[in-house]
Amino acid sequence: MNFDLSDEQKMLAEQARGLLGERSSSDRLRELIDARAEWDESLWREIADMGFLGVTLPEEFGGLGMTELDLGVISEELGRANTALPFFSSIILAADAINLAGSDAQKAHWLPKLASGEAIGTFAYAEGAAGWTGEALKTRVDGAALSGQKTPVADGGIATVAVVLARVADKPALALVDLAQSGVTRSRLNSFDQLRAHYAIQFDAAAAELLESAPTERVLDQLFDRAAVQAAFEAVGGADACLLMARDYAMDRQIFGRPLSSYQAIKHKLANIAVAVELARSNAYFGAWAALNDPDALPVAAASARLTAIDAFENAARENIQVHGGIGYTFEANCHFYYRRERTLALSLGGREPWADRLIQHLPGSQFKAETV
Amino acid sequence: MDFNDTPEEAAFRKEAREWLAAHAPAFEKPEGISEAEEVALGKAWQKRLSEGGYAGILLPKKYGGRGATIAEATVFGEEENNYHLAKEAYIGIGLGMALPVIFKHGTPEQIEKFAGPTLRGEMTWCQLFSEPSAGSDLAAVRTRAIKDGSDYIVNGQKVWSSWAHHSDWGILIVRTDPTLPKHKGLTFFVVDMKTPGIDVRPIRQISGASDFNETFLTDVRIPESCRIGAEGEGWACAMTVLMGERLNQGSEGKGGGIGALIRYAADTPRNGGSALDSAAIRTALASAYAEEQAERYFQARLRTMVSRGENPGALASMVKLAYTNRYQKASGLALEMRGPAGLIAEEGSETAHIQDDYIWSTALRVAGGADEVLRNQIAERVLGMPGEMRADKNVPFDQL
Ligand SMILES: Cc1cc2nc3c(=O)[nH]c(=O)nc-3n(C[C@H](O)[C@H](O)[C@H](O)COP(=O)(O)OP(=O)(O)OC[C@H]3O[C@@H](n4cnc5c(N)ncnc54)[C@H](O)[C@@H]3O)c2cc1C
Repeated sequence: MNFDLSDEQKMLAEQARGLLGERSSSDRLRELIDARAEWDESLWREIADMGFLGVTLPEEFGGLGMTELDLGVISEELGRANTALPFFSSIILAADAINLAGSDAQKAHWLPKLASGEAIGTFAYAEGAAGWTGEALKTRVDGAALSGQKTPVADGGIATVAVVLARVADKPALALVDLAQSGVTRSRLNSFDQLRAHYAIQFDAAAAELLESAPTERVLDQLFDRAAVQAAFEAVGGADACLLMARDYAMDRQIFGRPLSSYQAIKHKLANIAVAVELARSNAYFGAWAALNDPDALPVAAASARLTAIDAFENAARENIQVHGGIGYTFEANCHFYYRRERTLALSLGGREPWADRLIQHLPGSQFKAETV
Repeated sequence: MDFNDTPEEAAFRKEAREWLAAHAPAFEKPEGISEAEEVALGKAWQKRLSEGGYAGILLPKKYGGRGATIAEATVFGEEENNYHLAKEAYIGIGLGMALPVIFKHGTPEQIEKFAGPTLRGEMTWCQLFSEPSAGSDLAAVRTRAIKDGSDYIVNGQKVWSSWAHHSDWGILIVRTDPTLPKHKGLTFFVVDMKTPGIDVRPIRQISGASDFNETFLTDVRIPESCRIGAEGEGWACAMTVLMGERLNQGSEGKGGGIGALIRYAADTPRNGGSALDSAAIRTALASAYAEEQAERYFQARLRTMVSRGENPGALASMVKLAYTNRYQKASGLALEMRGPAGLIAEEGSETAHIQDDYIWSTALRVAGGADEVLRNQIAERVLGMPGEMRADKNVPFDQL
């Protein structure tokens, strides 16, 4: 066993951290928020030039053919820098869905464009608070026409193509929809995360093509599991950033004649967060490893990574503001970026409950599968 | 990164698994045996391990060890964990604490004398560190040793000495020079528990059992040949012991703990279905399972470090802190999901085991580094935050 990143992966992390840290400075993030920008377009071009968008995509379709763990390294750094990029929508979800289930022609058409950053994809699954499975799934495809409303759709304003979860007859299916057509109406929503724009998208008999080279249920499971692992990496990066930010602030701040960081109430709070971050990171590593090497272990590994990452980031983001005191509540301090991003990561793909359910259903040797769902 | 065994590890696992399958079942602990029977069984298993060449996997062959790698020790430990063997502190302290300190700080004669018998299960050990006012603050020990010719004469009291009443030898830390600041005047010994003047008195614990003791030392003569390291170097020896202790703590290899609780929830009837129908219980158990998995993979990362010769230091405290807290929360939850019925248990039943877990978890959060002490270490050594204020720093011990 060798359960550590390789030297190349550590270099990749450093490279990503350097670039993203510099380009996604807190001043830059505040500038984007003030401009109500939907994304950081120039940074997107830069990371596309570095090849970050095509990391796991096949070489024949313009990718680098690297592993989920390499992608995880980048996701962690994107989380640390709290960037305003459609990476999760376009690469982790849309490109992966096309790669998992698209025909060769669909892959050949879309993947090189997504890998180069020329096209931006999104994955439209949610239909309001009602959810997106079973009866709640109302969007449908009849023939080649898609109708229904998806909300919220992350990065729905800048995306050129959406992979849409819809119903065909009585089964869920994934449809590929070019968003620049008359049957598509997009309206921007008020996103909790000011650095991640969300949209409601109305489809009125929009032209759609099905992704259908594999049974949809299986593809959906894989897609969600793989995305959950990457979201866990992103959350770990965010949590780690909060931990270090709180630590550094506490080291600087003098209070009652000594550094704030010398008080045990503060030390212990941060020690607990440090433990949670390392635990979550360990689960994310295993999730990425399982995605590639042990597909049977992936559902439990992904759910474990997701649950521990939500815990770690939630606590880190909350306590980061707490340790900063009043300053922490100001727009000028940087805590709020993470406080909002944490909820975005925790709520996208569903919160704890569906993932807890999924974990229990997939435990090896689980004899309670059928009865308890 | 590879979570799987290397070909060498896989070959060793196969060999270990086959050997264990042939030998371990006969040594599994039956329900309800006496303490003395358990100790005898534990010693017998240790003897069998040594005959098979699996005792002291990391220790040199010359002394009865296997001279093998950390990876092999880990693999063997994981496989051994599949059996319910007698391996309490009376075995663990000898292998995990006494031998490492003797190998690191002892003389060749001392290694020769203690390694073989300990590896063969002929010599069991206890740890005589804590005192009534020196637990977390271990360097505050008051038990005194005064040189008398080629002997030391020891007087004082130790407490919480696990299994001292079944041990042949003890590792002991005492004060030899009270005029020095507290960490400097300490010396480390091994002591024959049959030496006159040693009085071991069982303490009744909250579980009802008495596996730890008070140990009174009255004019106990310890020969100089039983001193480990130089006089005044006891603190370095104690640190060697505690380092070894940390890394071996943590969740069981297989992650079977919470898996078993989930099965238990499915078997607990509730309103016509099972306790596992409750979304609240599913969520809590799934989180506990996810944490348990994380501990396992985190340990895999630490072992990778150790196998490269890196010292994980306070990172190892993270596993212990996470594990004991999760263990306590999960066993409390398991009882709760039975409602009032969780209060009642037939002896030997699964619920009784969970009740025992719930009680034992309180010990684990204190023993081997209490939560708060571990958090201090993590904050200081991992996060680089300021150390605790030490009112006793550089003050001679006898002026405190
Ligand atoms: C089951 C069991 C078996 C044991 N076996 C052995 C054994 O075989 N040999 C042996 O020598 N000892 C043994 N011990 C003793 C164990 O090592 C000590 O209990 C432990 O180190 C804590 O010391 P204490 O009991 O004196 O508690 P204290 O040190 O008095 O701690 C009391 C409380 O204060 C907290 N605290 C302490 N220092 C600080 C600080 N700086 N900041 C904030 N909070 C602090 C602690 O975390 C704890 O919550 C055993 C204990 C148990 C429970």
